[in-house]
Amino acid sequence: MTTVLERVRSGREAAGERWRGAPRWVRWVLLAAVIAFFYALPNKEFYQYLGPIPTPGANFTQVMFTVSIYVLLAVGLNIVVGFAGLLDLGYFGFFAVGAYTVAVLTSPSSNIKTLWPWLLVVPLAIALTMLSGVMLGTPTLRLRGDYLAIVTLGFAEMIRIAAVSSDFLKGQRGFNQIPHPPGKYADGKPFFGVLDARPYYWLVLTLIIMVVIGVRNLTHSRVGRAWISIREDEDAAQLMGVPTFKFKLWAFASGAAIAGLAGALFAGKQNFVNSQNFELLNSIIILAAVIFGGSGNIVGAIVGGGLVAYMIERFRGIELFGVELYEYRFLIFGLVLVIMMIFRPEGLIPNRRRAAEFKDRRKEVIVGE
Amino acid sequence: MDFDGLFSNFGELTTTGLTQGAIYALVALGYTLVYGVLRLINFAHSEVFIAGAFAAIWTWNGFGLDQNSQVSGIGSVLFYLLVAMIVAAIASAGTATVIERVAYRPLRKRNAPPLAFLITAIGASIAISEAFGIYTRRLPEGAPSLVSSKPLFHVFGVPIDAVQLLTIGAALLMMVLLDLFINRSRTGRGIRAVAQDANTAALMGVNKDRIILMVFIAGGSMAGVAGLLYDVRIQTLTYSVGFLLGLKAFTAAVLGGIGNLRGALIGGLLLGVVENYASGLFGSQWKDFAAFAVLVVLLMFRPTGLLGESLGRARA
Amino acid sequence: MSDTEQTPAVPAQAGAPAVEAVPDREPLLEVDNVTLRFGGVVALNNVDFTLYKGEILGLIGPNGAGKTTCFNAMTGIYQPTEGQIRFRGEKISGKKRHEITQLGMARTFQNIRLFPEMTALENVQVGADAHHKTSVISALFRLPRHRREEREGREKAERLLEFVGIRHRMHEFSRNLSYGEQRRLEIARALATDPVLLCLDEPAAGFNPAEKEELLQLIRQIRDTGVTVLLIEHDMRLVMGVTDRIVVLEFGKKIAEGLPAEVRDNPKVVAAYLGVPDNAA
Repeated sequence: MTTVLERVRSGREAAGERWRGAPRWVRWVLLAAVIAFFYALPNKEFYQYLGPIPTPGANFTQVMFTVSIYVLLAVGLNIVVGFAGLLDLGYFGFFAVGAYTVAVLTSPSSNIKTLWPWLLVVPLAIALTMLSGVMLGTPTLRLRGDYLAIVTLGFAEMIRIAAVSSDFLKGQRGFNQIPHPPGKYADGKPFFGVLDARPYYWLVLTLIIMVVIGVRNLTHSRVGRAWISIREDEDAAQLMGVPTFKFKLWAFASGAAIAGLAGALFAGKQNFVNSQNFELLNSIIILAAVIFGGSGNIVGAIVGGGLVAYMIERFRGIELFGVELYEYRFLIFGLVLVIMMIFRPEGLIPNRRRAAEFKDRRKEVIVGE
Repeated sequence: MDFDGLFSNFGELTTTGLTQGAIYALVALGYTLVYGVLRLINFAHSEVFIAGAFAAIWTWNGFGLDQNSQVSGIGSVLFYLLVAMIVAAIASAGTATVIERVAYRPLRKRNAPPLAFLITAIGASIAISEAFGIYTRRLPEGAPSLVSSKPLFHVFGVPIDAVQLLTIGAALLMMVLLDLFINRSRTGRGIRAVAQDANTAALMGVNKDRIILMVFIAGGSMAGVAGLLYDVRIQTLTYSVGFLLGLKAFTAAVLGGIGNLRGALIGGLLLGVVENYASGLFGSQWKDFAAFAVLVVLLMFRPTGLLGESLGRARA
Repeated sequence: MSDTEQTPAVPAQAGAPAVEAVPDREPLLEVDNVTLRFGGVVALNNVDFTLYKGEILGLIGPNGAGKTTCFNAMTGIYQPTEGQIRFRGEKISGKKRHEITQLGMARTFQNIRLFPEMTALENVQVGADAHHKTSVISALFRLPRHRREEREGREKAERLLEFVGIRHRMHEFSRNLSYGEQRRLEIARALATDPVLLCLDEPAAGFNPAEKEELLQLIRQIRDTGVTVLLIEHDMRLVMGVTDRIVVLEFGKKIAEGLPAEVRDNPKVVAAYLGVPDNAA
């Protein structure tokens, strides 16, 4: 068992070394190939040759859309948790704010009946989500980490309860006829229709690429250094001239903005938003996905978000002892989390720094005993 | 806002709030104990509570009692309560022990960062909750009505019933026992020592792993009793109620000042009462909203809770 | 650092004149009758001294004399109960920590506090960022200001790592550096904030005599670039070798102040360090 683990580990490390050692053009070609693969993925002509990858119990393109939304959310939460080290247990609350902003401003079932077009509302949704992040962050980011965790959890639950209970947010009845994104084919048929999930997936995928470039720029700048220094030692960061509160707030706001974007995309695709979309478990799933992939690492967050969302859907339609495995999905999810943290706490694709840290700690323990 | 509703039912809202708050307080003790010693939010504590609650119901089922059974005679009622309470406490303490052994200890041995603990805690919580959900086919289980909820007597026109007396009485009794245990016993002294400075305590010959296990057992027993009281009061149990109750109990612990045992009591009672007032004022659908709003507002003005944090530093 | 004859990269205040050992008596940091109480404990009792521009001032005293407490009050971590501390004429208390840093005060820590999961280079860059203005927007879109500051910050960081002698280790994570390298990295990081005043909290702790000697050289070089240095030290020999003036604390009180030679011969100081026989008290 250990030897297998060790071999897998060393194999992965070797792969990582090879990746970093490869010439620049090789990396670009590989990256382009990976991106092209994911653009091609939801086409039946392509995925039918992929063996066990398509989901048997659900429409694969729909699944891929869900997966892409989770990836976007994981990338956003990774800023907050992975880089700035702020424990946010209520991240899905921001997703809800984004989705509801779109719903309220565009749906005919809304009380205010503005009926604005989707595209106009998206920036508004992002702005409002950012604002809610700032409003939640301003009083709470001065608190210690554990308290922040519980306050954010409480915030997400408050949003959910408000969605269920308030007349303005329509509870279970929800908002229907939320408009789709604009765009037409040459023959006049809408590009973003009801049945075909592919255009939405492609839209989200494109936005993921843009967001990742943006996040990468941030993390390779003064902003990213400030975030990591806060995560590492907040007092020392302050004394080195980092305005820690300001940058924590920025981390919170940027994460929230990405969640708001995801919410707006979700609402535009689903056409319908009600209070059942925002169960608290979702926040936890995304957090787990970030840690699972390797927190503090953008690629890790993408892989984590994608794998977790995909695996949950993959269980549909598989029977075990006469029960659909889908019924067991969260049980398995929970167990995997525990096992993962025990055997591979740094995540699937750890930050190189983190890997070094864990190695050191292992050594320390051995020396200590 | 319904001020009439609040004022006309003020007494009743207070007593039912205190009853619910007593249950929060018992669960909150588990969070506070573990946090005080390990600086860890034991996210899985909600499932420790649920384990006790199911254990109590299944014990009664074992005696042939279901939700339609009526038990008469003070003696047999007390017998059933006591047996179920012991089983519930053991089941919860056992669950807590398993969580500590399987999920936390391996991480502690490896000196893992705090985030890793939180993730295993969440994983364990989801797994246990789902296991109960699958086992009960996600259906509610009913408890026999052992204690009558008819009013026994009135205080200032407010009806008081036996369930309320039992819940609050049992919760207070457990708390006194815990307080004695922490402050008077040898193990309790060890717990306080580890809470203050785990490494120094270890150097002084305190067995840290044993102490931590004791903390989980103590907190688990409290949650088990809370589970039994919940059954008696609500008489029906779904696998998923632990999550919200656990969250509120944690809120209660933070309200009182996490790590502070008496704070957990105050926080629990306060939370129970406040959310009841809010449901009188705004309607019962806003009850949970109020609970979290109180938490957010309190932490803004008094970040260490009402009584401040401390287990080790607590009263001499 | 054996190659002490190399011209040091100017870490701060480019063009600032080299200052002789005699200070020019322009006050930089004024500790004005400061008393600090924690509950019933008086940690600092009416401490009063001034740090002048261009000098190396040693703050010494036996263990528990209140050196680090004094230091923390001066860097704005503790608020004095009475009295006040002025840095460049401005009151310290009430200022945010990062504002004090931006005003020109930098420090190192007695127990090293680097950012372990950042490289040595990144650690120093964080210090250099103290004066950068790049906003989130300009970093997000890699606007010209971001590029310029990024380039400048990186050059400055490399220069400083060269100055303290660990440039060859710049891509190592700071947690993987040796103890001595970590101490040097802390100094480089502090210098990157362009300090007027550099406060070193027991920088020689855990050093052997050779390393201490190298450190003395480094401190002198820093002073020669125009940075005023406050040195908290336990080791008398080290302090005597490098400081221009010395303030001695004991039990939270200032018991002596003056040139190293004066302080060394002061009977009170001798008594504080060696202990006073009972019959002499």
